[in-house]
Amino acid sequence: MADTKTAYERVQAARNGKRPMGSYYIEHMVDDFVELHGDRRFGDDAAIVAGIGYINHIPVTVIAMERGDTIEDRMKRNFGCPEPEGYRKALRLMKEAEKFHRPVICFIGSSGAYCGIEAEKRGQGLAIAENLYEMMGLKTPVISVVVGEGGSGGALALGVCDTAIMLENAVYSVISPEGCASILWKDASKAPEAAEHLRLTSYDLLSFDVVEKVIPETGKTDREICSALKTVLLDEIKKLSSLTTEELLDHRYQKFRKIGA
Amino acid sequence: MSTLKTILNTITGNVEQPPRICKKCNAEIPYEDYLANHCICPECGAYFRMRAVERLDATVDKGTFQEIDRKLKSKNPIDFPDYKEKLEKAEKASGLTEGVVCGTAKIDGIDCGLFIMDSAFMMGSMGTVVGEKITRLFEKATALGLPVIGFITSGGARMQEGIFSLMQMAKVSGAVKRHSEAGLLYIAVLTDPTTGGITASFAMQGDIIIAEPKALIGFAGQRVIEQTTGEKLPAGFQRAEFQLEHGFVDLIEERPRMTYTLAKLLKLHQA
Repeated sequence: MADTKTAYERVQAARNGKRPMGSYYIEHMVDDFVELHGDRRFGDDAAIVAGIGYINHIPVTVIAMERGDTIEDRMKRNFGCPEPEGYRKALRLMKEAEKFHRPVICFIGSSGAYCGIEAEKRGQGLAIAENLYEMMGLKTPVISVVVGEGGSGGALALGVCDTAIMLENAVYSVISPEGCASILWKDASKAPEAAEHLRLTSYDLLSFDVVEKVIPETGKTDREICSALKTVLLDEIKKLSSLTTEELLDHRYQKFRKIGA
Repeated sequence: MSTLKTILNTITGNVEQPPRICKKCNAEIPYEDYLANHCICPECGAYFRMRAVERLDATVDKGTFQEIDRKLKSKNPIDFPDYKEKLEKAEKASGLTEGVVCGTAKIDGIDCGLFIMDSAFMMGSMGTVVGEKITRLFEKATALGLPVIGFITSGGARMQEGIFSLMQMAKVSGAVKRHSEAGLLYIAVLTDPTTGGITASFAMQGDIIIAEPKALIGFAGQRVIEQTTGEKLPAGFQRAEFQLEHGFVDLIEERPRMTYTLAKLLKLHQA
């Protein structure tokens, strides 16, 4: 059952500091998780946690945005805003998953790709562009789950997938409501109004066929939400694993091809 | 020049093109001289932002351009306020129906697919129609076995179409990948400005990436970086020369030599 939150209330819920992020789902859903670090180019970005483990005895690669809990942890993780190295680590491990025919599950929750001088020097745009390009042809199932704020290109860099899932109070947008309000009305405080216009809620995106599934949150505990998500993930893994590689890639191409056609 | 003048007159409604004023040095340049000088200020050398039709005229063999999807027009997929009016205004101001012109043409006798973005239409921002037109162009080029050359200028994904704009980045990337897997060449020419979601998708997916001198090329906006980090941006930050130095573009080419260089590269890739 859908509740009656406004769009901006959902934005606030998605950003809530107590809301579970990537690491929570890894901890409560993935067994024998082994975290793997680094992009083998430049460094390791703590805003993205990635590794291999089991979901119900099925080996999976998990790539999750993580903003951290304590203030020190959050600073280390750039408050969940990935740098180019984060996206490159993600791609490296997706390629590893492809080699061993293992499904990839991405957890998205970030206000966006880190914006800074160093990130630009190391090719933030290129890093995202390469992920979009390579994920379109990745020969293994990819499932993306927006668990928090899906902030523009920085979110989409883990969002090129076969099945897109959103938690009920997650949001996914081309621009933040504050950014939109600043451009439109030169007034960031009109963000609640902008949030309505941007149509960024899970139910909006479901109605646009941009996401395939919404996991209800209203009246549920974090553990219950996690467990419902796990059931859906297992179901999708099973479905996608039954496709041939050709069918899988064609299905993925068409999923995006039809948007705005 | 007379053909081009006719086209420009039809799209702008002007019988005579007014002289262009250089933003850098205030020089007044008669339109004929402006065109003859590749839309570069003859006084100070500043690059003007070229209109798609001017770029077309400077690039392709005369009379070979065949436009596709000319009539494709944006709707308002998320019922964004005032967007319809904005589109109408952009149409009037630019003489175009959207921010990109696509088609096939010959360059120095070699057939290719071509897309040219035009910043006069809502800063060349990408909504569903820009995404769809570029996707169709790549699909057509793949079917015909043609290389693609893209002249890029864009402020990024178009806010007024919300998530639909964002998803165009993935859609176009898919078409670029299929074109590439067919063994075909894609050259991206980055012109001022190339930013946001465009840099984070097809601008950076070329086999060869050429930039025009001093073009602004980057992902995050300069003001946003300053506000977020409190740092002062170094001189020349996110300019073409900066991108060359950091390894993200293959070469910088001056506008008067651009067609020559493109033709040379196209020839080098012919079987």
